[in-house]
Amino acid sequence: MSRHTLSVLVEDKPGVLTRVASLFARRAFNINSLAVGPTEVPGISRMTVVVDADGDLIEQVTKQLNKLINVIKIVELTSESSVQRDHILVKVRADAATRLQVTQAADLFRAAVVDVSTDSLVIEATGTPEKLAALLSVLEPFGIREIVQSGTLAVGRGSRSMSDRALRSA
Amino acid sequence: MSKGSPISPSLMATKSTGATKAPERADRTADHAAVVADLAAVSPVLGPNKVVPPTVMTGSQAIVRSLEELGVDDIFGLPGGAILPTYDPLMASSMNHVLVRHEQGAGHAAQGYAMVTGRVGVCIATSGPGATNLVTAIMDAHMDSVPLVAITGQVSSGVIGTDAFQEADIVGITMPITKHSFLVTDPNDIPHVMAEAFHLASTGRPGPVLVDVAKDAQVGEMTFSWPPKVDLPGYRPVTRGHNKQVREAAKLIAASSKPVLYVGGGVVKAHASAELRALAEATGAPVVTTLMAKGAFPDSHPQHVGMPGMHGSVSAVTALQQADLLITLGARFDDRVTGVLKTFAPMAKVIHADIDPAEISKNRPADVPIVGSVKEIIPELTDAVRTQFEASGVPDLTTWWAFLNNLKETYPLGWTEPEDGLTAPQKVIERIGALTGPEGVYVAGVGQHQMWAAQFIKYERPHAWLNSGGAGTMGYAVPAAMGAKVGEPDRVVWAIDGDGCFQMTNQELATCAINNIPIKVAVINNSSLGMVRQWQTLFYEGRYSNTDLNTGHDTVRIPDFVKLGEAYGCASFRCERDEDIDATIQKALEINDRPVVIDFVVSPNSMVWPMVPAGVSNDQIQVARNMTPEWEEED
Repeated sequence: MSRHTLSVLVEDKPGVLTRVASLFARRAFNINSLAVGPTEVPGISRMTVVVDADGDLIEQVTKQLNKLINVIKIVELTSESSVQRDHILVKVRADAATRLQVTQAADLFRAAVVDVSTDSLVIEATGTPEKLAALLSVLEPFGIREIVQSGTLAVGRGSRSMSDRALRSA
Repeated sequence: MSKGSPISPSLMATKSTGATKAPERADRTADHAAVVADLAAVSPVLGPNKVVPPTVMTGSQAIVRSLEELGVDDIFGLPGGAILPTYDPLMASSMNHVLVRHEQGAGHAAQGYAMVTGRVGVCIATSGPGATNLVTAIMDAHMDSVPLVAITGQVSSGVIGTDAFQEADIVGITMPITKHSFLVTDPNDIPHVMAEAFHLASTGRPGPVLVDVAKDAQVGEMTFSWPPKVDLPGYRPVTRGHNKQVREAAKLIAASSKPVLYVGGGVVKAHASAELRALAEATGAPVVTTLMAKGAFPDSHPQHVGMPGMHGSVSAVTALQQADLLITLGARFDDRVTGVLKTFAPMAKVIHADIDPAEISKNRPADVPIVGSVKEIIPELTDAVRTQFEASGVPDLTTWWAFLNNLKETYPLGWTEPEDGLTAPQKVIERIGALTGPEGVYVAGVGQHQMWAAQFIKYERPHAWLNSGGAGTMGYAVPAAMGAKVGEPDRVVWAIDGDGCFQMTNQELATCAINNIPIKVAVINNSSLGMVRQWQTLFYEGRYSNTDLNTGHDTVRIPDFVKLGEAYGCASFRCERDEDIDATIQKALEINDRPVVIDFVVSPNSMVWPMVPAGVSNDQIQVARNMTPEWEEED
């Protein structure tokens, strides 16, 4: 099984997320992560779905998704031809003694400290899943209290716009 | 690719005369295809697209008016609180509303109506339990790709989500079993949602669409105008097959010495029987028609080798197993056809033409996939085959036909007389088909009687055979026959039902009797859940756990089907002897002023043969218990 990243343009209609999620459940496809948000086009949302599937199955996933009436376009983004990022917020134990070490670790990963209290910090980081995993392993010894992580976001490299082309052909 | 790509006219086989009732209802599907084709090219809105200037009305009036503008003539439904506002203007409409006794009956009736006419079937129910009672029919329509629009009332938008009285999230419940669904909370959305629902249900791969309308959207005022704008940017069904793929397919056909046309229900849905016949005769290849495709190709045609699958004929099953090429048209490699998939048609290359791209290579990888309507693909393929044959010669199928004809002769469909001396159910069904003829419509329930009705009635035309194929819904027959009779009132419509199935939905006999829908019901009464019993005989050492229904010989006969039929205002007969079969059927055929129920009491011991047991290869087909065809006898 290999990991595939699908970018899915959908109509921003009630229930569209449920339709996508329930399709995955019903057809026994595994979602690794899913992120949804608005796009530059009013009424159109974009989902980034990361799926673990082999070649034949990913073709079925794509075809079944395409059958959903609210789905406008699907593009598979490979890691070479796209930029893919996850977003993470980590609450780490940090008192006066360790705070400097923690912030230095964050700096190494170009992560930002976004909240400070007497005994903890919240660190915000963006990057590939591998980079974020590395960050977490560095922070681990200090004591991780909470992790919140987004689904992967992905955009194709170069000047082409997915929504542009999709809506022109629509 | 443009959003409004022209829709295959065949897939929009719908009436175009609008709200007024056509005087000659029996002919309505035949003549208007050309008119519809023109309309389809310009508008995705069904019906005549009559221009209605902006008019203020209520949402419920807009629902009724939209249905009229869409060309709907007949609706099946049952009112309740949340749909009450819509039933009021319905009373004044020219549309014919058939009041059913259970919403499941409305759903199956709409399916039966759609199956015989090719038009969208419409059913209406209220919120909560009314809507959930439609679920089985919606799922059935989804499995068998039946164009269906289900309209349900919903509680007022202000109380949605509060567990209000008779509230059910029917959009959520039906999401996996509809082609699409809508929840309408603003009355202004009604016209375009209705037009979109009918467009979705009837085009591409047909299917059920649910329109759930909140009560306040029915009561509220809106401005109605017609035709509305259909806005479905994500819906662009491909109807025309790719030229290059069609030529590739023709090359494979020209190179094949053992081809088979594997024909599915899509050919019936696309009204492509004439086109199929031309292709079959151009190629000279054998044709198998699946359970959903019976009648797509005449049973009497010499190139027809039967129905494939679990209870298919030896010739059809073996043709697929031995083929070097499957020309798959509107079929989906269902497990009941393929048996164990890995061992299905192991030598065959696969051409797969289907309007649903997701069906292609879903179960069996296709060597030549062709996405599009078989109505358009088949004639192009026929032309391409002719051209290819001229270039590379006509393949010699003599050996292939000699093999298949030998199987047809050696292993014809048949039955043995039951040892208990009681009537063979197959005989009853065979006589119904023989005495009624190919112009009749035959609607089966699910189980042994369904398989026998598929095997022993001769189908010569499409839309003559209705059954619940994918879903296997017991109780389909009576309401679906009712809907078929409303759609084709001039045809004889038989429900061939089992004693188990019949007890699930026979309340619609009241609907039939009161509304002058004179269907004929043959209850093939073997006093048991026969197909389950057959499996218990074969695979559970004859331990008949909970399959005895006590309706036959030497039982308490509860219910008495004759008394039950009479109670429902039907002419009712019982037939228990072989010598009475023909006379009883004749008597039923002569009655046209009310429904007929016949209790054919038959042997509980008859079994459906041939059979490919579940979980084994189609090569293990048995023609009778533990008897495989000769080529495997040494095993």
